[in-house]
Amino acid sequence: MELNDRDLNLISALCGGLALDSRPYYVLGRAIGMDENEVVERLRALRQAGIIRRLGVIVRHHELGYKANAMVVWDVPDDEIAEIGRRLGACPEVSLCYRRPRRLPGWPYCLFTMIHGRDRAEVEASLAALAMREGVSHYPHEALFSTRRFKQCGARYIPKTAAE
Amino acid sequence: MDDIDRRIVNALQGGFPLTRRPFADAAAPLGLSEAELIGRIRKLRESGVLSRFGPMFNADRFGGHNTLAAMVVPEERFDEVAELVNAFDEVAHNYARDHSFNMWFVVAAESRVRVDEVLAEIAARTGISVHDMPKQREFLVQLRFEA
Repeated sequence: MELNDRDLNLISALCGGLALDSRPYYVLGRAIGMDENEVVERLRALRQAGIIRRLGVIVRHHELGYKANAMVVWDVPDDEIAEIGRRLGACPEVSLCYRRPRRLPGWPYCLFTMIHGRDRAEVEASLAALAMREGVSHYPHEALFSTRRFKQCGARYIPKTAAE
Repeated sequence: MDDIDRRIVNALQGGFPLTRRPFADAAAPLGLSEAELIGRIRKLRESGVLSRFGPMFNADRFGGHNTLAAMVVPEERFDEVAELVNAFDEVAHNYARDHSFNMWFVVAAESRVRVDEVLAEIAARTGISVHDMPKQREFLVQLRFEA
């Protein structure tokens, strides 16, 4: 999807969130001189194109009781990454699943998954169950638990023009 | 949080209506009024359960670039390096993890060139290698946090 200046203005205005008002798209449009119908139509297109990934409540998982998270990384053969990635991504325990480059010699892992749980034991149990169920426990893998979180904020950057 | 709050959080992690009266449309299947839903979302936001009510963007779809970077930081230098890394506006989040690769952060900027500059500057100022691990492929997930 080609973004024009009006889309970018809208994206910028939306970054801070939606007004908790019975007509939030009217409120949003008023701030940038766009009528409500145009706001709704443009947002539909942005959601359709995947530029808006989700629209709704953005939870702080820590506050919901998900106090432990592990980045579980897997070293699987290159020609199996796509199939195993699809399978692990579809697991209810997994909230992110990416292929990333290995950085040899120190870092042989190419598939990154995120598993959240109420505590470390729950994450470990989820991982063990998933590895067994999906038949992937024999691939080298490690769970990197987070011990401290320094910064968690949405990246706040909007390109100045669609061409950038 | 009561049962109604939990139902709201579970139902509205995506798929918020794009209609003239979206709160009314979202409230009906939950058996709530528009005003009740708005009031409860406001309270959930004030209590910190929600960081925001609104969009989650797919940043790499609008021309920006982002990557995950990892460093092997000696324990005695960890705080000093964390402070330097976090001072960059382009660093969106940063986690300490229990591994020799112990610092993991996301760098997001308007261009790949700027992301590379930030990584190079961190490496130069700390004298520690920064391993760039950009996403090569994303696999679909169910992405729901059950409240």
